[in-house]
Amino acid sequence: MNSLKFLFAAYLATWVIHAIYLGTLVRRFSRLRQQLKELGKGK
Amino acid sequence: MKRLFPILSVVTAILLAYALYQALVIAPTDAQQGDVYRIIYYHVPSAWTAFLLFFINFIASVQYLANAKPSSRTAAKWIVLAIGIVGAIACFLPQVQQRLPAGMRPNAVATTVLAIPAFYFLIGKCFPGERLDVLAVTSAEVGVVFCTIVLVTGPIWARPVWGIWWAPGDIRLTSTLVLWLIYVSYLVLRRFSTSAQTQMLAAALAVFGALDVPLVYFSIWFFRTQHPQPVIGGGGSMDPRMLHVLLINWLAFLCFAFLVCWSRYRLELLHREVEEAHAMESLAGATARPSHPLNRSPQ
Repeated sequence: MNSLKFLFAAYLATWVIHAIYLGTLVRRFSRLRQQLKELGKGK
Repeated sequence: MKRLFPILSVVTAILLAYALYQALVIAPTDAQQGDVYRIIYYHVPSAWTAFLLFFINFIASVQYLANAKPSSRTAAKWIVLAIGIVGAIACFLPQVQQRLPAGMRPNAVATTVLAIPAFYFLIGKCFPGERLDVLAVTSAEVGVVFCTIVLVTGPIWARPVWGIWWAPGDIRLTSTLVLWLIYVSYLVLRRFSTSAQTQMLAAALAVFGALDVPLVYFSIWFFRTQHPQPVIGGGGSMDPRMLHVLLINWLAFLCFAFLVCWSRYRLELLHREVEEAHAMESLAGATARPSHPLNRSPQ
């Protein structure tokens, strides 16, 4: 049971790191699109 | 191309779910470690994916530096070709084979050496000019994410198996941490440097940083470490069913890494487009603005 705790912690940590990174990508995309729009180049 | 991304995303999601099912349900339990060994199905594929991305970063950086002058570009092509051919032939020489660590197969080493010119010419063909730099920053950033996962899942696995979170002084662990720090510093340099030479400096740093990758990989062959032997091509042995699940998970991680790299690559292109637009706007503003009355010449 104790080892299962570590197993799930490792799997959870992996997906949390991926989720955080994907979240930053989405945020950076939306910020750049906004900037492009403000510059009059957005579609 | 726009349709390909969602299709690939769905395929990758299915593959990741299938790989997770294989890792948690189908793979047999380890006799010594119990279920906690299943961390290997995330830890090892993450490490291999990070190595591959750092290798791509290295090739892209070398090409970016070599392309600075036409003469160095030609020289680099011949050097890379020579490394591939000579290295592959050398792997089959008895003198070299005797020096290879136990369990390391010469044909596996030769294939790895041949991958260098193959990747070099493929990347040069697909990513011309400034796109090499875009590829370099993309692979470094995504590589750091996968390397972070290795550094997080490793101690979580070590605690129940070794009884400690981290083995201080262990060369595999320390060199992996150094590798992560090198690429983090690479990203920090790119993020905060405003010099016109940033791309060149970053490429040079990446070339030297990549030298740590073979040290990380081969450290368990050449040094006594707490870390277990490699599961493929080394002294370690693995149940074929476990190996099958490990390869499925690596394939799933590779597909996922490819999608993330694709997104990051597009983000970098968009970032450069915005920077260019800002520069054009500043230029247009400067030329349209009337000069200050004090600076005007008397009439």
